[in-house]
Amino acid sequence: MELQLHIWRQAGPDKKGDFEEHYLDDLDEHMSVPEMMDHLNKKIIKSGGDPVAFESDCREGICGQCGFVINGHVHSPEKSTTTCQTHLRSFKNRQTLYLEPFRADSFPVKKDLVIDRSAFDRIVQAGGYIGVNTGQASEANTTLINHELAEDAFDSAACIGCGACVATCKNASAMLFTSAKINHLSMLPQGKPEASKRLENMVTQMDSEGFGSCTYTGACEVVCPQDISLKNITELNRKWLWEKIL
Amino acid sequence: MLDAKIPAGELKDKWQNYKANAKLINPANRRNYKIIVIGTGLSGASSAASLAELGFQVEVFTFHDSARRAHSVAAQGGVNAAKDYKNDSDSVWRMFYDTLKGGDFRSREANVYRLAECSMSLIDQAVAQGVPFAREYSGYLSNRSFGGVQVSRTFYARGQTGQQLLLGAYQSLMRQSAGKNLKLNTRHEMLDIITLNGEAKGVVVRNMDTGSISTHHCDALIIASGGYGKIYYLSTLAMNCNATAIWRAHRNGAFMASPSWTQFHPTSLPQLGSYQSKLTLMSESLRNDGRIWVPKSADEKRSPNEIPDEDRDYYLERRYPAFGNLAPRDISSRAAKERIDKGFGVGPMKNAVYLDFKDAIERDGKKTIQERYGNLFEMYRKITGLNAYEEPMMIAPAAHFSMGGLWVDYRLMTNLKGLFSLGESNFSDHGANRLGANSLLQACVDGYFISPSTVMDYLAEIKPMEKDEIHAWEKAAKRTKEKVGQRIDRLLAIKGNTTAEEFHKELGQMLYANCGLARNQKDMEFALGSLYSIQERFYKELLIPGDAAAINFELEKAIRVEDYLEMAILIVKDALQREESCGAHFREEHQTEDGEALRNDDDFRYVSAWEYKGDNRYELHKEHLSFDHVELKERSYK
Repeated sequence: MELQLHIWRQAGPDKKGDFEEHYLDDLDEHMSVPEMMDHLNKKIIKSGGDPVAFESDCREGICGQCGFVINGHVHSPEKSTTTCQTHLRSFKNRQTLYLEPFRADSFPVKKDLVIDRSAFDRIVQAGGYIGVNTGQASEANTTLINHELAEDAFDSAACIGCGACVATCKNASAMLFTSAKINHLSMLPQGKPEASKRLENMVTQMDSEGFGSCTYTGACEVVCPQDISLKNITELNRKWLWEKIL
Repeated sequence: MLDAKIPAGELKDKWQNYKANAKLINPANRRNYKIIVIGTGLSGASSAASLAELGFQVEVFTFHDSARRAHSVAAQGGVNAAKDYKNDSDSVWRMFYDTLKGGDFRSREANVYRLAECSMSLIDQAVAQGVPFAREYSGYLSNRSFGGVQVSRTFYARGQTGQQLLLGAYQSLMRQSAGKNLKLNTRHEMLDIITLNGEAKGVVVRNMDTGSISTHHCDALIIASGGYGKIYYLSTLAMNCNATAIWRAHRNGAFMASPSWTQFHPTSLPQLGSYQSKLTLMSESLRNDGRIWVPKSADEKRSPNEIPDEDRDYYLERRYPAFGNLAPRDISSRAAKERIDKGFGVGPMKNAVYLDFKDAIERDGKKTIQERYGNLFEMYRKITGLNAYEEPMMIAPAAHFSMGGLWVDYRLMTNLKGLFSLGESNFSDHGANRLGANSLLQACVDGYFISPSTVMDYLAEIKPMEKDEIHAWEKAAKRTKEKVGQRIDRLLAIKGNTTAEEFHKELGQMLYANCGLARNQKDMEFALGSLYSIQERFYKELLIPGDAAAINFELEKAIRVEDYLEMAILIVKDALQREESCGAHFREEHQTEDGEALRNDDDFRYVSAWEYKGDNRYELHKEHLSFDHVELKERSYK
């Protein structure tokens, strides 16, 4: 299989970047995208060049490390799929691919396709937890949680922190990420005592990181590899309305 | 003879006795002690958070860009606990016995009992953190079964249990990180340990974004850096999993225990081509409902759905009727290899077996199967492009979990004073084969419940570093830092023509072929010779582009591969030395008539702990294993 690649190269956060062209004519359609990048980098290294910096770790779609924009698709042209789980059979032979980093002011490019997503950690640090010290827990079955609620909590908790929602949003909003964590914790009985403080602290941190506002276009939901629902955002806004406005 | 310092008393009282007598430090004085934790997976994050909660000064280093990405995140199936919620006669004793037997009687009774004993508190802790475990409609926690047991004691959050447990630990870590007691450093890799008077007193780390190398002092050091199955190159592990932290500890005097015991997981996806960088795991939980088979005829040409039952060989059900498709991992993997080696494998490379859900879908309906395993079927579709609701999955064994690791005593402290090792990075609880869903458990129990008590017990024996020691420490730190700098310069200066990845691949293939699922003396001696020559070539032909002053992924890989190359030699030596079969360590010379592992309890009832002597030389130390509470039996699942 053959592909024409245009890959974003940028030496550092403050350096100017541009696309670099590569043509690969010995690919296998069952290769994953990072495997294609490994293959390309081997060639670059052997010819004395500087390999493309990109990140991926688990390569099974769960660690959230990977991700670039491929021909305008955040992560992948396939639905609910991370870059690492995208295989070349998703593209046509001799297709041209443009590979770019996830772009947002709050996710500065470190090098080439590597970005800094530490803003997400700081949002969690602001309140994305249940404040239980080790050893304080009571017997697990003393608090019953019905099946549907546990499933709903899981749906929100499944976020892998990849940042695709921010990268695809025209406002670079982090509302899907933030609301999913707030909802996961606050809908469970054990997360209720801190719900109000958590809501305020996490939203405040999100705003101070420079993420944009949400205008409900729903683009985030479309690219989310874990299918985190837009309903998380409406639920967060409903909570905000009750807690902070009314 | 190594002493594990197991507390006196009845098996069931040992941990309680230990805790009751463990030394304490006044809450106001705890802040004077500094603890460094390497790694933010389940054991590292949970230990760091718990120690910071107690009031110690904790500094954490991870090579990831976020603590949440550690590979615990990828564990799918579940976590075990002896809650007996199913009323199926489960108990701490039964879980202890299953784990000990599953490990082929090559682990410590006291450690394994403690693991089972603490399992219940872990479920309580995780639920309190908001881990969304599966629930019955009544609201009670749900369970399923895993291999090697006949009860249902596995708690799960769909096929993402590791992710959810890790997020619980990560969130606890971030909560402490917002306070005064914990400092988290991402994108920092530990490259050496600073020792002073034979004690671990700090680390040298490299900032992977800037390349700067720095030294950090501590009173106790905790390594929780995970397993090294990636040494086989193709494995279920993440690309960046490595042995560097434990190997550097080993080079500083910490013993490496049973390094050749790596578990091959029976339900991974098979290799499809030479470009492949990893193998993806399909959770063991699938074996609750899936039936494993290969065609009876090696020349079978029909597609799987066209093959009638009488032409199928459900070889696990045939060989192990009592446990069937839920036979333990080592046994299932070996049985698959046996069929594949004899030519009965399926798939384009004839390197796989079928895992079939046809009967389960007929019995329970597609919807039920979808609820139980939906995300796994979806993952299978993404990777292979095939629909497992309509045709059987193709699976194969893959390198997965390291039972071996740094030798630790009952306190989880290595023989290098002040250095602790938690989770998969230590050798401790799983013997020669780990049972499914015990890995998440061990990581959490080590981190949440054992290390807070044992690390404090140790710290209470020593004083925080005094002013007059600082000068000596600084000298030692400077020396170690220079050594790290020289090591990096040396690798960069080789400027050959082979990438670190190529060396890694070659090493992995050599190890897999000769010291993998099955081992024999002749092949291993051949591998040893080949590994020496790969190592020699590495120092002549390695090619690293760029320099050390910025992001350089190739340099990171080269450092890890250098350590892997050295470790591989010890792995083969360890496997050669152990003239018996036990668990995942299957020596072809030692098997029963029907091909089962043949243990030699008279001569090998010990843990092999290797001391580093430089230049690929090692000295063997033994920790004798005594079994005072169970009878040593041939491990049978028939």
